[in-house]
Amino acid sequence: MAEAVFAVAAVLMLAGAIGVVASRNPVHAALFLVQTLVGVALLFILNDAHFLAAVQVVVYAGAIVILFLFVIMLLGVDKAEELRVEPIFGQRPLAAVIGAALAAVLGTVILTTADVLSGIRQSGGERALDGEATDIERMGRVLFGEFAFAVEITAALLTIAVVGAVVLTRRAARSDGAAPAGSGGG
Amino acid sequence: MTGQLVLAADPMLAGDIGQVEVLLTLAKVVVAFAFLLVAVMLMIWFERKLLGGMHQRFGPTIAGPFGVLQTMADGIKLFFKEDLVPDRSDRFVFKLAPYLSLIPAFLAFAIVPLGGDFNSRAGEVEWWGRITYLQVADPPVGILLFLAMSSVAVYGVMLAGWASGSKYPLLGSVRASAQMVSYEAALGLAVASIVLVTGGLSTHDMVVAQAAEGYFGIIPRWNIIVTGLVPFIVFAIAGTAELNRPPFDLVEAEQELVGGFHTEYSSIRFALFFLAEFMNTITMSAVIVTLFLGGPSGPALVSEIGGFGIAWAWGVVWFFIKLFVLLFCFVWMRATLPRFRYDQLMNLGWKLLIPVALGWFLFLVALEVGRDRGWNTMAVTLVTLVTFGLAGLLLAQAVRRGRRSGDHSGGGSGETAARADEPVGKEA
Repeated sequence: MAEAVFAVAAVLMLAGAIGVVASRNPVHAALFLVQTLVGVALLFILNDAHFLAAVQVVVYAGAIVILFLFVIMLLGVDKAEELRVEPIFGQRPLAAVIGAALAAVLGTVILTTADVLSGIRQSGGERALDGEATDIERMGRVLFGEFAFAVEITAALLTIAVVGAVVLTRRAARSDGAAPAGSGGG
Repeated sequence: MTGQLVLAADPMLAGDIGQVEVLLTLAKVVVAFAFLLVAVMLMIWFERKLLGGMHQRFGPTIAGPFGVLQTMADGIKLFFKEDLVPDRSDRFVFKLAPYLSLIPAFLAFAIVPLGGDFNSRAGEVEWWGRITYLQVADPPVGILLFLAMSSVAVYGVMLAGWASGSKYPLLGSVRASAQMVSYEAALGLAVASIVLVTGGLSTHDMVVAQAAEGYFGIIPRWNIIVTGLVPFIVFAIAGTAELNRPPFDLVEAEQELVGGFHTEYSSIRFALFFLAEFMNTITMSAVIVTLFLGGPSGPALVSEIGGFGIAWAWGVVWFFIKLFVLLFCFVWMRATLPRFRYDQLMNLGWKLLIPVALGWFLFLVALEVGRDRGWNTMAVTLVTLVTFGLAGLLLAQAVRRGRRSGDHSGGGSGETAARADEPVGKEA
């Protein structure tokens, strides 16, 4: 059962990942990204991390990709891109090099670490989400106990980022009565 | 890998899964599916008939007794109409979008408890020697599944408008997705209050908690009372906006956008959108019943007939009565309230509903902590309310100042604000 679910999720994710890179239309790429994210959610469920799975769908699929789509539609770049001209000089060779480096790192990790492919966990110790309580309870205890300070700092950082974005994009209205262009409502 | 998947807290699925379990689950799925389809058919008829009555006209009268078969006639008509796909559309996404609207509506309904005896058996029923719940699934994430599905449903609307390759559908869908994403926040905060008082996410546990002994023997322990009405109001308003129903139906404002995101759709694909819209209304009402109105809990007036226990059936009866009342209110709102303007919509969502929902949630948290630590409840209430009152005043002041410095140009400020607030691009 677990293997079957893993196989389905893996195929979904890989197909989605290839789709994101291969599709020429940005909206299609975003949709493939959603497919990959749903695959990740499936893997979370497979590992009993139900809460993470739900949050994965709500936050990533429900908010972040929607935001991507929004930007794509508002900027009007939702047509297939002209790919013959390199936007930034030297971008493509550099991308190939960095991609190869990433592949090498991942390959090294997979090949040198025993049991990664078989899926057997290395550490014998208790993980944060193991135990009797539900995953939400455990996660709550870890986040708001051990890591409470980090959580608070992150929350403050995000709030400051939002306020900063509003301050930066907000323009004072001109006195000639014209509506301020592009001031976001939401 | 843990090897064993925990898919549901349903006691039936806890042990070995054999033929009976699979058949029972299948039966539940089929019944819920059939119920939703029939309910949608009746709901469309009910809405038209009721609107007719509120408008001093008859509504559908020809097809069947009281016109009850009107929806079926419409469905058959739509099914046999020509299916058009616009030339400039993105064909695959255009065909995908209606299903992205429809399927989340079905899936979200799976977590709603439909019946069961919550007085003595905590909602469990025993059929063929198996103890189970009268709901399709009781996943550990419970109500989060509903939120996840409502965020997936945004894709249906958004992609439908985009894939049509036409101006008005795109405008409609951008409006729709902005609206749905905005109100999801308020929706989630209202749900958080319920999760707080229940102490869990499972919809079944929520109903069990609400079925407990009430106050003074007559007032039920429903969450609408336990959480103090505010989350219910926030959820009902945000839910209506999430459904794109009047008065929040800017998505398909006919005067401005022709038909909104589904302008280019015809035949069976249009029917799917239509179906999804009403199905979402029913699902949303069912979720409100589950979260705030005690779900299927209620007294079992006659617990058995001829030695055959029917206490569980009373749960179904109570559930349907509550559902019906809510659906009536939805139609009533549609007949009564005029449509919001876009800036009013955004103001209501961001500047009123979200702060109120958040403040009330923190208030409930303070009460809970106070109870835990043995503080004086009155003092906690007073201090929290005063703090939030001050914070609210501060926020209102900030909003007022921001608005003043934003459009001191004067002259038709409302209209100007509406234009400026509209995050709709000029290009299609």
